[in-house]
Amino acid sequence: MKLYSLSGHPTLPCNVLKFKSTTIMLDCGLDMTSTLNFLPLPLVQSPRLSNLPGWALKDGNTFLDKELKECSGHVFVDSVPEFCLPETELIDLSTVDVILISNYHCMMALPYITEHTGFTGTVYATEPTVQIGRLLMEELVNFIERVPKAQSASLWKNKEVQRLLPAPLKDAVEVSTWRRCYTMQEVNSALSKIQLVGYSQKIELFGAVQVTPLSSGYALGSSNWIIQSHYEKVSYVSGSSLLTTHPQPMDQTSLKNSDVLILTGLTQIPTANPDGMVGEFCSNLALTVRNGGNVLIPCYPSGVIYDLLECLYQYIDSAGLSNVPFYFISPVANSSLEFAQIFAEWLCHNKQTKVYLPEPPFPHAELIQTNKLKHYPSIHGDFSNEFKQPCVVFTGHPSLRFGDVVHFMELWGKSSLNTVIFTEPDFSYLDALAPYQPLAMKCIYCPIDTRLNFIQVSKLLKEVQMRKLRPERRRDSHKVAQVPLHVVCPEQYTQPPPAQAHRMDLVIDCQPPAMSYRRAEVLALPFKRRYEKIEIMPELADSLVPLEIKPGISLATVSAVLHTKDNKHVLQSPPRPIQPPASKKRKRVSDDIPDCKLLKPLLSGSIPVDQFVQTLEKHGFSDVKVEDTAKGHIVLLQEAETLIQIEEDSTHIICDNDEMLRVRLRDLVLKFLQKF
Amino acid sequence: MPEIKVTPLGAGQDVGRSCILVSIAGKNVMLDCGMHMGYNDDRRFPDFSYITQNGRLTDFLDCVIISHFHLDHCGALPYFSEMVGYDGPIYMTHPTKAICPILLEDYRKITVDKKGETNFFTSQMIKDCMKKVVAVHLHQTVQVDDELEIKAYYAGHVLGAAMFQIKVGSESAVYTGDYNMTPDRHLGAAWIDKCRPNLLITESTYATTIRDSKRCRERDFLKKVHETVERGGKVLIPVFALGRAQELCILLETFWERMNLKAPIYFSTGLTEKANHYYKLFITWTNQKIRKTFVQRNMFEFKHIKAFDRAFADNPGPMVVFATPGMLHAGQSLQIFRKWAGNEKNMVIMPGYCVQGTVGHKILSGQRKLEMEGRQILEVKMQVEYMSFSAHADAKGIMQLVRQAEPDNVLLVHGEAKKMEFLKQKIEQEFHVNCYMPANGETVTLLTHPNIPVGISLGLLKREMALGLLPDAKRPKLMHGTLIMKDNNFRLVSSEQALKELGLAEHQLRFTCRVHIHDTRKEQETVLRVYSHLKSVLKAHSVQHLPDGSVMVESILIQATAHSEDPGTKVLLVSWTYQDEELGSYLTSLLKKGLPQAPS
Repeated sequence: MKLYSLSGHPTLPCNVLKFKSTTIMLDCGLDMTSTLNFLPLPLVQSPRLSNLPGWALKDGNTFLDKELKECSGHVFVDSVPEFCLPETELIDLSTVDVILISNYHCMMALPYITEHTGFTGTVYATEPTVQIGRLLMEELVNFIERVPKAQSASLWKNKEVQRLLPAPLKDAVEVSTWRRCYTMQEVNSALSKIQLVGYSQKIELFGAVQVTPLSSGYALGSSNWIIQSHYEKVSYVSGSSLLTTHPQPMDQTSLKNSDVLILTGLTQIPTANPDGMVGEFCSNLALTVRNGGNVLIPCYPSGVIYDLLECLYQYIDSAGLSNVPFYFISPVANSSLEFAQIFAEWLCHNKQTKVYLPEPPFPHAELIQTNKLKHYPSIHGDFSNEFKQPCVVFTGHPSLRFGDVVHFMELWGKSSLNTVIFTEPDFSYLDALAPYQPLAMKCIYCPIDTRLNFIQVSKLLKEVQMRKLRPERRRDSHKVAQVPLHVVCPEQYTQPPPAQAHRMDLVIDCQPPAMSYRRAEVLALPFKRRYEKIEIMPELADSLVPLEIKPGISLATVSAVLHTKDNKHVLQSPPRPIQPPASKKRKRVSDDIPDCKLLKPLLSGSIPVDQFVQTLEKHGFSDVKVEDTAKGHIVLLQEAETLIQIEEDSTHIICDNDEMLRVRLRDLVLKFLQKF
Repeated sequence: MPEIKVTPLGAGQDVGRSCILVSIAGKNVMLDCGMHMGYNDDRRFPDFSYITQNGRLTDFLDCVIISHFHLDHCGALPYFSEMVGYDGPIYMTHPTKAICPILLEDYRKITVDKKGETNFFTSQMIKDCMKKVVAVHLHQTVQVDDELEIKAYYAGHVLGAAMFQIKVGSESAVYTGDYNMTPDRHLGAAWIDKCRPNLLITESTYATTIRDSKRCRERDFLKKVHETVERGGKVLIPVFALGRAQELCILLETFWERMNLKAPIYFSTGLTEKANHYYKLFITWTNQKIRKTFVQRNMFEFKHIKAFDRAFADNPGPMVVFATPGMLHAGQSLQIFRKWAGNEKNMVIMPGYCVQGTVGHKILSGQRKLEMEGRQILEVKMQVEYMSFSAHADAKGIMQLVRQAEPDNVLLVHGEAKKMEFLKQKIEQEFHVNCYMPANGETVTLLTHPNIPVGISLGLLKREMALGLLPDAKRPKLMHGTLIMKDNNFRLVSSEQALKELGLAEHQLRFTCRVHIHDTRKEQETVLRVYSHLKSVLKAHSVQHLPDGSVMVESILIQATAHSEDPGTKVLLVSWTYQDEELGSYLTSLLKKGLPQAPS
């Protein structure tokens, strides 16, 4: 079993698992942090951005000044933003049989993989994952396509040139493989390859492996995956949460009995408490608005925004914000708000109960009805007429490089009355803000990342390791405790974050130590397969003769015909020997040669000499003589010039070439032995 | 021999009171728990005393499954769980779980409040009963216990309707509930994979009908409604609050919009707006088209259809009213019917099946003088139309489902005996499987022949599979191993491993045969002659001449010694173990025949 790591980003993973003749891609994350190196795409012509000075090398060479611009000491690429794709060279991606998606954030690279690598397999994901994933992709494509940029920079990517650039451009990895955004056509084609699945649905892959999505508690429809055969179990845990927000709670019990646990998508802000962050978010928002300022919240169109709106729903009246307009601006704002209401079955218990009444599960329906929350596809059109300040705006993209958020940064950045509140943890807020410096507006960093932290992980691992015995997997009982759980994770989780090098508690702590991987690495997983399932046909089973060897343990020798089809093995009774038709033709010598591949059973037991001699005599051997030797006895049949050496665990018959006699003696000996 | 037993307590050669007991590999499952619309006495509920006379039902049943929210499938549930007493799990889909208690409450109100019955289940009992319900997702494998698992498939029919697969080990049965194989205006078509169950229990309401295209029926319906309204008549459409009602509403709504009609359409009280709300929130259970467009336009927000008020029935002028219940056996639809029946300008359209004994059934079978409560005679002058909009599979659809699932046996329920007989023959002819149609209380027993799963050590399997790849595929390869049975754990391993695991020593049985041959040459030369002879005969075997002067054929050792008395005779010692018995025996007989003359 091997694991190929195609992504270096621990929360946007892309791994390929080879397990029993199947090749399974686990997630298809797209690393978008590469866009931080680019200048923002303004919706409205921005004189500030277009007048930024070109960047020159130390020696004054200015051949890059068309591609690179400088802003407050940082250098940015002036080009259509590009994304860092998963590794495509490490393994032939056309051999991937299936792709399992764990949540909508982890499928953003899907069009690159399904449309450009010769991939012919199936993608599995839950319905909310697909629907919301589609919205995220639609928004992304829309953001990039609606501000066409003529320039596509490539000079700077030259290895020789890149070496000369200032950090972070100098250190950017794999820049030659960075790609522009896909088109809607590619998105549609990629999504058409997805097959919808439900939690706890068992999906057979080629009869060899079974995969099952489990609720992971992180987002609508988010899943962990179990990949198992009858005797081996791999758990893929990606983006899970134990906090009670809107999704169905995480299913932990089904992870038990795993042999290998691949762990990705932990919280990116292990030191921040999401509940505390929400409180800070609300109070900063209220403070700004009361002082007459506007609040900008760069966000994704789905996910935490549902929880934030729910908090505000409870908070605004008590905070005296009832008259402040809340705007949600995204090409998919309406769809996202509507979709959230129809996935009752994927929601936490409280929300499900509301649907039974029947009431919409999320209170944002009421916010919309009472006109407190308004949503618009973009700043153009209705919004520009209805827009009132001070106000609160939720809009994308959280990287601040494209989308309507760019406009609000330019519009509100100059006033210290306004506040931008960062809630999405995917981008460093300082890097995100860099091309807008100098900035007068307040910046508040309230990252809300509900994914597992290291304390929760170690608790989870302990629970998973508490094995309960399952009859069909029961190994010898004294060995059970020793079968280890192998944890596999990105290398980032095995050392403290660089900024907090002393925090040894911010690593995965388990025994045996976690195996770590990095981008473009192949891991051989320490995993020995020992058993496979096989089925015995009822007629064969009826013909078996079990023999109790020890109390509670019976044995039966099986001679049967093996049929294997679609990776399923079945044992059938051997066909009745067909009497060879009495052939008139002279047989060729070779027809008689026995097939040495037909093995006789093994023998076990020992032969009590006295009884053996009695048996011989009963069968007509009259001149039996027994001699004792150091290790046993020798039985002599004088007339037949035959000698039988009997020892504890061996019998040797030495005789003349008299086949009749030999076979008679053989069968008498066999009576005392057990066959295996 | 393992067996599957099926006993219908209701819906055996009948429509209504669906309740089927299935016992499979020792697990007992009750499928549906319905009431019968045609009876008002004890017969309206299944006879649960069949399950046990005095024990607790919970001890006898492993679980109860409800296929959808229609009362003939869930109407007896509170009676069963709260009054007879059952505390085990009850499974249904989310929409069924949401809607079922509302219909039960409605049913209770009609029975207790209007008809004044006592000794009926209470509102609290409905609530307590619903607490025992576990909601399931489509295609989710629900582990009821360590052995019993169930899985729901989409069934069309009504919102949340599901077919259920029940599986224990390799034995399985599928129960369809009510289903529809053609998508309609609001729901998709039933679907199941090729799950090859031992038994398929299917409804057979329309066992003999092959329905014409849906479009024709829809056009017909719209034409009749339109004509009646044009001539100033009133149209009554008795429906159940959820299901057909929504489909017909969508149909009329779009027609009204297109034709710019003004006559009011009403939907009878309470339940309705709520009902439409359920459709909005469970939109993922509707058909592809509605799901795709719901963000732009939610099909369940009707512009032309208003809530009905009792007083409207006496308003002059044309109108269309959807009223519950669908079989005219009680409630508002019956009230309106009595008001309008006397006027030949009016029309009642029955869009679904009516159970025997209901007013709906009576007027559909041509009766025009009805005896109502208090010996009143009601003369029906209004037009009576029947249009099959009820979403059951027709004969073609049932055959299609059988083809999809590929069962070993089929069992028909939820239909009329005569029609079942016809379908049974058709199924047996076309699929060559047994088809059963037990009456209520009659038990069908099927023998199954499940394979027995065991674990095989990978080493043994790989060895055998490698052998299986040999060119001579015609001769089946026998594999040999030892099955170790310990508690309930069965493992097939190689004999060597079995001995090792049990701490048993192997007993080696060896034979050494003396073969005398005439040869005056030296021993070494005899050995060489034996070697070249065997080499030429045994082409497929390994034959080696060892440095110590002996010959090895596979693992059989041959040595030559001089005869102690006769120098012209050499003695060949052929030595083999029991495992090489065939080859050893063959070699001795071959050597006994002598060696060919060496070419000089």
